[in-house]
Amino acid sequence: MAASISGTEADTALLAAHKPTGRISDPIFVGLLWASGIFVLVLLGLIIAMLFEGGLPALREFGISFLWSTTWNPVTERFGAGVMVFGTVASAVIAVIVALPLSFGIAFFLTEIAPGPFRRPIGVAIQLLAAVPSIIYGMWGFFIVVPLIAAYVQPPLIEWLGPIPLLGALFQGPPLGAGMLTAGLILALMILPFITAMFVEVLESVPPMLKESAYGVGATSYEVYRNVSVPYGRTAMVGAVMLGLGRALGETMAVTFVIGNATRMSASLFAPGATIASTIANEFPEASIGSLKLQSLLQLGFILFVISFIVLALSRLLVRSKLKG
Amino acid sequence: MASLARRRTTDYVVKAISTGFAALSLVLLAWILWTLLSRGLPALGPHVFTKITAPPGAGGGLLNAIVGSLIQIGVALIVGTPIGLMCGTFLAENGRGTQVANVVRFVNDVLLSAPSILIGLFVYQLLVVPFGGFSGWAGSAALAILVIPVVVRTTEDMLNLVPIGLREAAFALGAPQWKVVTFITWRAARAGIVTGILLALARAAGETAPLLFTSLGNNGWSLNMSAPMASLPIAIYQYAASPFEDWVALAWAGALIITVGVLTLNVLSRLVLAKMK
Repeated sequence: MAASISGTEADTALLAAHKPTGRISDPIFVGLLWASGIFVLVLLGLIIAMLFEGGLPALREFGISFLWSTTWNPVTERFGAGVMVFGTVASAVIAVIVALPLSFGIAFFLTEIAPGPFRRPIGVAIQLLAAVPSIIYGMWGFFIVVPLIAAYVQPPLIEWLGPIPLLGALFQGPPLGAGMLTAGLILALMILPFITAMFVEVLESVPPMLKESAYGVGATSYEVYRNVSVPYGRTAMVGAVMLGLGRALGETMAVTFVIGNATRMSASLFAPGATIASTIANEFPEASIGSLKLQSLLQLGFILFVISFIVLALSRLLVRSKLKG
Repeated sequence: MASLARRRTTDYVVKAISTGFAALSLVLLAWILWTLLSRGLPALGPHVFTKITAPPGAGGGLLNAIVGSLIQIGVALIVGTPIGLMCGTFLAENGRGTQVANVVRFVNDVLLSAPSILIGLFVYQLLVVPFGGFSGWAGSAALAILVIPVVVRTTEDMLNLVPIGLREAAFALGAPQWKVVTFITWRAARAGIVTGILLALARAAGETAPLLFTSLGNNGWSLNMSAPMASLPIAIYQYAASPFEDWVALAWAGALIITVGVLTLNVLSRLVLAKMK
């Protein structure tokens, strides 16, 4: 400590001697942190740019009508995205329509009904549905669900609902098992855990005071759930549903196994169809580098990216806006 | 307002239906697992792990696919983990509260849920076309891009759980930032960060779509990362859709192996995470 008494000059020298760590290493470290942050941004930019650039020739060849044209003919080399865009949106919407009531119910069960010690294990088990790889859903769907639907679900539905005007159009065609409805059902099971988990998270953030006030005036659990908890978390719950939708839009392997892969447009729920992702997975092996088909597939990929990006971005904005406030 | 009796009945009915829905989802999970066990177990034997893929009827196994998967996942983790870790640290430490960090977090969330098949197409355009062929490297790159967002997300979440006071104490002792982060915050959040890496591993292990256009698959024995490389999910995909009984059986065996691995990793990481919170 003698140095510190003897004057500022020695002081500075002492400090300098003790503070070499971090003078050079810190800027490098902080630089690395920033670089990896920026890297993620660049990655997304690159993905968008590469998909767009790869699909540009197809867009030039077929014009903007590529987006809705329902022709997909590898023989004549005429391609359009209409059937796949329809299939992608239709199967994802079916999935959400099926998964939504289930998620509402399961979230109610997990937050209000299940006895304390069972909540976590049951919640985790349902979350495991999200961890099962896509291809496993595909195999299970293809070998187990498709035959069951073909044998027990489709024939009665075609017989009973098919003859009804308008509505009957949804239930036409041979009972193949594979098709739009089956794909939607499998997708519903796959997005169910995502939606449920976010529902539960939102419901658990409802201030207990709000719920207790409702219970205090004599409301039943269901009434509290419906009139207090759900309205409180509405925005974030819409976001959760959008996340499920976004996931369903891009799901590939499971859909490829069960949708039937027909690039024709059909109004029937039972008709085989195709999504953007399943078409890319299916037709890619037959597309050679530089071919118009490959460019069309890349353009399809770009369209899928744009659709999912919009849905996921909306979902995130809605979820954040609520959970933050 | 409806009568009390009626409201009570509604309440019971809704509760019953909700419980039924929860039971239904558990039954479906059990059904999937049962299908895997009942079809996969009989097909499982030493040959699955000791022999490489072979033509139908020749008694092949899945060894090359398993090894190929392990190599590609390993490389993906080696590449993706540091980037994800650094990016997550950036979000939780340096970037906290800044506009840049908000954008990065947003983009990362989009990447987390982006269709994995598009990651495959992207890497195809980026690495396969320019370098003239499918390769294990391209497969690893695609998987790395899937690993990064998972690691970023969990790392940030876990670092946010570390009390500010801990960092302040270290800074007050004159430690430079790199020391504070590596020796204090990372160490405090170690278990959670490792969990994130395990989750990323589980995700990469089951992905099929991004490998279709990158490492393609290989029916022979290949350890060459510059050549097309076999992987378990691709082998399952090819075999499941084939008309040969022994191939389909092998596909079920492979499906069982992957699912058991992935679900075990998930349960383990959830246990660790539950303990942390």
